Amino acid sequence: MPADPATLAALQSLLGDVATSEFRGDARALVDKNRLLDAMKLLKNERGFDLLVDVTCVDYVNYRDAAHRFGLVYLLANTETNERLTVRVYLDEPDLVVPSMCPLWAGANWFEREVYDMFGIQFEGHPDLRRILMPDEFTAFPLRKDYPLQGRGERHNFQRIARADA
Amino acid sequence: MAIETPDNVVVTKLDELANWCRKNSLWPLPFATACCGIEFMATGASKYDIARFGAEAMRFSPRQADLLIVAGRVVMKMLPVLQRIWQQMHEPKWCISMGACASTGGVFDNYAVVQGIDRFIPVDVYIPGCPPRPEQVIQAVIDLQDKIQREGTIQGSEFEIAARQQTKRALVELPVYGRAGYLTKQI
Repeated sequence: MPADPATLAALQSLLGDVATSEFRGDARALVDKNRLLDAMKLLKNERGFDLLVDVTCVDYVNYRDAAHRFGLVYLLANTETNERLTVRVYLDEPDLVVPSMCPLWAGANWFEREVYDMFGIQFEGHPDLRRILMPDEFTAFPLRKDYPLQGRGERHNFQRIARADA
Repeated sequence: MAIETPDNVVVTKLDELANWCRKNSLWPLPFATACCGIEFMATGASKYDIARFGAEAMRFSPRQADLLIVAGRVVMKMLPVLQRIWQQMHEPKWCISMGACASTGGVFDNYAVVQGIDRFIPVDVYIPGCPPRPEQVIQAVIDLQDKIQREGTIQGSEFEIAARQQTKRALVELPVYGRAGYLTKQI
């Protein structure tokens, strides 16, 4: 269901100039990183977006006409009205820090850990920002586009056990 | 001096007797991480019935198993677990690499998936297929039984044959991406 115009109007009145767009019936709002927490508080507390569906990230390196390196994507839903909204935040190196959404939605915990694991985005205020998929000693962020598909040899950096050893 | 033996007595070598016992009571540990594991369950079920070859006693503790069947892809986070399990198994022990993923990585040629478990643990029999049919698994067990009967000794000296180790080491010397010191590399 498309976003309520009142939701977008509330965002506009809070943040001033918010770029919004629509794609196949889904509304998107582009929020500045410094106002992200305010915008999310408004959306949750006053507009009833009680469900954080997903947090994910896009790496725009080498993407045509892209002005920013990373695009952080929050998918929100209001389970009372079925209203949905996509909130985007653009990030650039070296400042890859955004506020954590864990105080608002507890479900953000593992989403943000996954984004941290794969893209290296730091979430300020996250209670337990560790890698969730890759091993702890892994140092790269494998879903960044400048990371080679086959890795940098991490998958074969193990000791070999021969017949005689075991 | 000829020794008279009754008709119901068979004379054999102790090695062969031990191998005959071992090969007909393989206790597999199913290290099943993917769809090969489902196919392996079918192998153990009544239609294909791996019990006909004495390998039906699945044990989920490495201390009680002597045949490690790796069924499915192994990722770099799982590999230390697999190595630990292999080390915890008692001699004599064997390993079957079941399916394309366990043997070569299969279609999963990415940063996380190990390109063949034989880079890191010894493998006795490889099964091709994606996933292999239960008949292939049974054939692998039969081949392994032949191998045990042929090569086995009661003191286990077959596990230290230098030539066999050499052929396996050749796999490790394949070129790999930037292998040196990734742990210290600053990203």
